[in-house]
Amino acid sequence: MSRKPYVPSGYAWTSSAYPARQWRRLVAVAGVTLFALILLLGYLSPFGYMVATAFKDRQMMAKPNAPLWPAVEATYTYTGPELQVKLGSRTYRVVPGKTYPLYRVPTEEGIRNLALVIKRRKESYFIDPQRPEQGLIRWQGNWRKLQPVWQFRPKWENFVKAWHEINFPRLLRNTFAIAVIGAIGTLISSTLVAYGFARFRFPGRNVLFIILIGTIILPGQVTLVPTYAFFARIGWVGTWLPLTVPHFFANAYNVFLLRQFFLAIPRELDEAAMIDGAGPFRILWSIVLPQAWPALVTVFLFHFMWAWNDYFYPYIYLSTRPDLQPISVGIYTYNAMYFSQPHMIQATALMGLVVPVVIFFLAQRAFMRGVIFTGVEK
Amino acid sequence: MHRESIRRLWSRLDPRGPWRGLSPLERRRAVWGWVFLSPWLVGFLVFYLIPMVASLVFSFTNFNLNQPEQIRFIGLENYRQLLTDPLVRRSLWITVRFMLFSVPISILVPLALAALLNARSLWGKRVFRTLFYMPTVVPLISAIYIWQGFLNARTGWLNRFLAWLGIKGPDWLNSVTWVYPALILIGLWGMGNAMLTMLAAMQNVPRELYEAAAIDGAGPFRRFLHITLPLITPVIFYNLVLSIIGHFQYFIIPWVLLGPNGDPGGATLFFNLYLFKVAFVYVNMGYGATLAWLLFLLALGVTILLFGTARYWVYYPAGEER
Repeated sequence: MSRKPYVPSGYAWTSSAYPARQWRRLVAVAGVTLFALILLLGYLSPFGYMVATAFKDRQMMAKPNAPLWPAVEATYTYTGPELQVKLGSRTYRVVPGKTYPLYRVPTEEGIRNLALVIKRRKESYFIDPQRPEQGLIRWQGNWRKLQPVWQFRPKWENFVKAWHEINFPRLLRNTFAIAVIGAIGTLISSTLVAYGFARFRFPGRNVLFIILIGTIILPGQVTLVPTYAFFARIGWVGTWLPLTVPHFFANAYNVFLLRQFFLAIPRELDEAAMIDGAGPFRILWSIVLPQAWPALVTVFLFHFMWAWNDYFYPYIYLSTRPDLQPISVGIYTYNAMYFSQPHMIQATALMGLVVPVVIFFLAQRAFMRGVIFTGVEK
Repeated sequence: MHRESIRRLWSRLDPRGPWRGLSPLERRRAVWGWVFLSPWLVGFLVFYLIPMVASLVFSFTNFNLNQPEQIRFIGLENYRQLLTDPLVRRSLWITVRFMLFSVPISILVPLALAALLNARSLWGKRVFRTLFYMPTVVPLISAIYIWQGFLNARTGWLNRFLAWLGIKGPDWLNSVTWVYPALILIGLWGMGNAMLTMLAAMQNVPRELYEAAAIDGAGPFRRFLHITLPLITPVIFYNLVLSIIGHFQYFIIPWVLLGPNGDPGGATLFFNLYLFKVAFVYVNMGYGATLAWLLFLLALGVTILLFGTARYWVYYPAGEER
């Protein structure tokens, strides 16, 4: 393979070919990046919908021309002197301290935000909040056709309400407990099994490994019915046990990941320790594990996220025990009742995803490396 | 080494079993191996093998969880019902038809996205990678409710956007036609793993190959088609297998989003929804087990078929046998 001749960077600008090429490259970078940005915006736009809706006031839901962002209809509290107007047979009073709605009113000077103080069918009277001393402004037309002025106002109360109504602290505690117990279980058992596959030769090893990987393709539905019947029989339905105990018996993905990692750790230290008389547990504990901690972190993270995400098993095993349910089931139960309140549904959805998303951003390196490790390095 | 392999071969032929050919040290190590495997061996027995066999046994009975003491063998009655049950055929067809569209999309879209994230001209690759991956870590239940609102015919942002373009958007979740694209869209939020593994595989392709191809006059498109694509087929295959298995187990999204009856009008009564209904709503666990075994055999058959095709299109580095 021939190498390109070395061109000092200073020469680049003297050669006529280089600036053109750099321009072309710049245009390509800008174009591709812009394209990716638009794609990303579309891909993440449901998040925008969720956040905007979660902060909305309930009143906003029914208004057809309400903006996309959380807002309230702006109002103005009149501060000027009391006014009295006699129109037709009625006397209207504009009282200081009273609150009036703001509307976008088309006038000769363009659209102005004015407070509607007197409503009549054919004509209305407004007050300019900036200059209340100018008094009433007469406007002809039907005020019902006017657009209200919307004021940005995120409604944090939605979250306070959701927090109490779904009993968020309890859901959080249950989810954490189930996830951490299971993660510890799968970490211990998968490490042992992976170590067995990675460091020992024994008859039947390859067949067992293929069976282990084969369990990945097994649909959970096949084992579900008897397992459920079994757990019901021994009284585990309505407890955390069906959600935690099975993880103490290893899992194909985690064993595969750990085994791959263990295989990459050189054996020389193992063998040296063996000659010094260390037993297999001791070698695992003091030689292999200290070198494998990135993989252990990844397995812990994967299980934690999986357990946080898990909806089906908690739903069937804990349907009678709301006090033990994790967040996924809690949100489902709540939203099945409040299906007509989109702002509350989105508030709970947001509360449900905060912890996993924050963990992902904090540990994204370990997380994504783990995904790649299981998928690419066969 | 040579002697070792001869002894190994011999031990295989040895009728007294493979353990006989091992030296005392090897035998001790082998026992340790089984000891370390024991958590999984127990787990496999208790949570996989026995339940599967039990499931098969249940499929020949009228087992009902509400009256477990009345269990009795009814022979092939459940299987007879399986063949005549119109809902089995209907839900299977819904599942298969959905797979025909959704599985290719679940491979092609992450593939295209990975190619974009691998492009030389993309600025800020790592930020894009993280953000495109992010929806995958959103808990499914949250994602479902987000999309439910996002796809709402009147207030959802998708139809508002379409209206802004001058298009009248469909009522996604209440239309027997548009509900499938809606489900596929939701599924795209779970493509992070596929995208990430394909991207990593693309980054593993040796640079020399591209340089050689460029010298030969191949443009970017042909380089992708003739170098990148063949070299990442192992990862495509891996994701294809996972996608197909995932689709055979497709359940939670339609169940939460559209209800246990597969609304609108039963259009989304996927096979697993029907299975769940039989086993846990009607608590007819005998028939439920029969349906589960049908599902297992179908998934197994398709996977075996897929592995059978692998040698025609999946690239393995020279000298490496699977």
